[in-house]
Amino acid sequence: MKEAYEKPVILKLKTGMMNKFGSSPAYIRKVRKEIDGVPVEELVEKFGSPLFVFSEKKLRQKFREVKNAFTLRYPNVEFSWSYKTNYLDAICAVLHQEGETAEVVSEFEYEKARRLGVPGNQIIYNGPYKPYDSLVTAVKEGARINIDHFEEIADLERVADELGVKPRVGIRLNMDTGIHPQWSRFGFNLESGQALDAVKRIASGGKLELVGLHCHIGTFILDPHAYEVEVKKMVDFAYKVEDQFGFKIEYLDIGGGFPSKNRLKGIYLPPEVAVPSVDEFAERVCSALLSSLRPGDYPKLILESGRAIVDEAGYLITTVHAAKRLPSGLKAYVLDAGVNILFTAFWYKFNVEIDREVHGTSEPCVLYGPLCMNIDVVDDLTYLPPLPRGTRLILSPVGAYNVTQWMQFIRYRPAVVLIGENGEVDLIREAEDLTDIVRREKLPERLKLEW
Amino acid sequence: MRKLERLAINDEGFIFDPETGNSYTVNKTGLFIIKLLKEGKSEEEIVKALSEKFDVSEEDARRDLVDFIEQLRLYGLLEGENV
Ligand SMILES: Cc1ncc(COP(=O)(O)O)c(C=O)c1O
Repeated sequence: MKEAYEKPVILKLKTGMMNKFGSSPAYIRKVRKEIDGVPVEELVEKFGSPLFVFSEKKLRQKFREVKNAFTLRYPNVEFSWSYKTNYLDAICAVLHQEGETAEVVSEFEYEKARRLGVPGNQIIYNGPYKPYDSLVTAVKEGARINIDHFEEIADLERVADELGVKPRVGIRLNMDTGIHPQWSRFGFNLESGQALDAVKRIASGGKLELVGLHCHIGTFILDPHAYEVEVKKMVDFAYKVEDQFGFKIEYLDIGGGFPSKNRLKGIYLPPEVAVPSVDEFAERVCSALLSSLRPGDYPKLILESGRAIVDEAGYLITTVHAAKRLPSGLKAYVLDAGVNILFTAFWYKFNVEIDREVHGTSEPCVLYGPLCMNIDVVDDLTYLPPLPRGTRLILSPVGAYNVTQWMQFIRYRPAVVLIGENGEVDLIREAEDLTDIVRREKLPERLKLEW
Repeated sequence: MRKLERLAINDEGFIFDPETGNSYTVNKTGLFIIKLLKEGKSEEEIVKALSEKFDVSEEDARRDLVDFIEQLRLYGLLEGENV
């Protein structure tokens, strides 16, 4: 009988690095043959590779975990789904079923939420660019609008005149919470007095009713203390507004920004250690609220958490197309998925799992995408055993921001499937083909080719 | 082949290059190939030997051998002229 085969490997030993090489048992754990009980190979056979796979079970679980953390600590909480994080209909529908309203930042996202059946008054309309017509629609339909700048106050006063109504609005604040970079380009600055000027301006116009405050301090925030600062500053400001201008602040929308269990580049601790639990965030937020609110006052706490809810529910299956050796001696793999569909690869180092047991020593390698662009790097250094062509890699978590920021560049965008709680697999976005790309193109008659 | 002959290789696949002081490890297949290279076997002979001893097709063995030789060259363990 023939002996089992392993690809030949030679590794240079470096002192102090020895334990990184060798057949690390870590990679034995990195085999994933299925997602939610559905074999990876079956998914690829049916829907092709690369393939985005979402787990409905994980999505609902994660949402409930975040929701419980807050509702157990504060009596008046609303979750509003940040559409930009993932606006696939099926994903939004799951979260709306779970009770989330919709948080949108453009007329496109607004229209998408409405099309899905979300009533206007269940939509929060944010963002620095709200075209006038979209403000008219949003006011008519009773959406909650958080104003970003003075021009928008003027626009909304015009809408008020045009429709003969007094819109109930919020303003977005930006502030120092100790987080860098400070997202100071959105809304009105608190510390400089600009935010108070905005309230004065709204009060003197007399056409708008200020009922809410909004803020979003950044994304993938690893410091729960920042939220405590944010909440205290918002509550203080709310009472200042109430006492000085007579506007009752009915909601405090603290935005999103909670991290997922992803690994930010440059942070070497594993996410299980580096990322605080959602309970820690909830504890800071809710105890800051309860300690600074006046007795009996429970304004609505709104959370626009995006990545913390959906990131871990998303996987990308990709296939090894080729292996090569770089002049530096490093092993490289060419995958069928790159930064064209994995926008977040620029900032995060994904968990890489293999669809089968591969024998052999792990060696350092780099994972490239299929684009002929130097920037197309999925992982600039990971340790994998020698992978035969056709091996599937399962990358995660990739549920946040990828299926919204992906580009149709060089290649078609792949299919997206959702695995239901009973293991049913539904196609929720078909793979693109040429018709998707040329549908909007027009070729002038004089340029028609006659070959 | 001169370079390969100077290497100290043990049965566990530990390799020491006395010229540079570098050390390496190879797996079982790698060790098998190096031994044949030392004996002066050609690429085709090694492919055959691999597919006879191990459960691997000649095609896969050939592809892996090319990659392995590439690695040896990059580490300076093979001189350009042979194989
Ligand atoms: C206003 C607003 N709300 C919510 C979010 C969602 O953020 P995250 O995914 O970090 O929770 C964002 C993201 O940029 C945002 O700009």
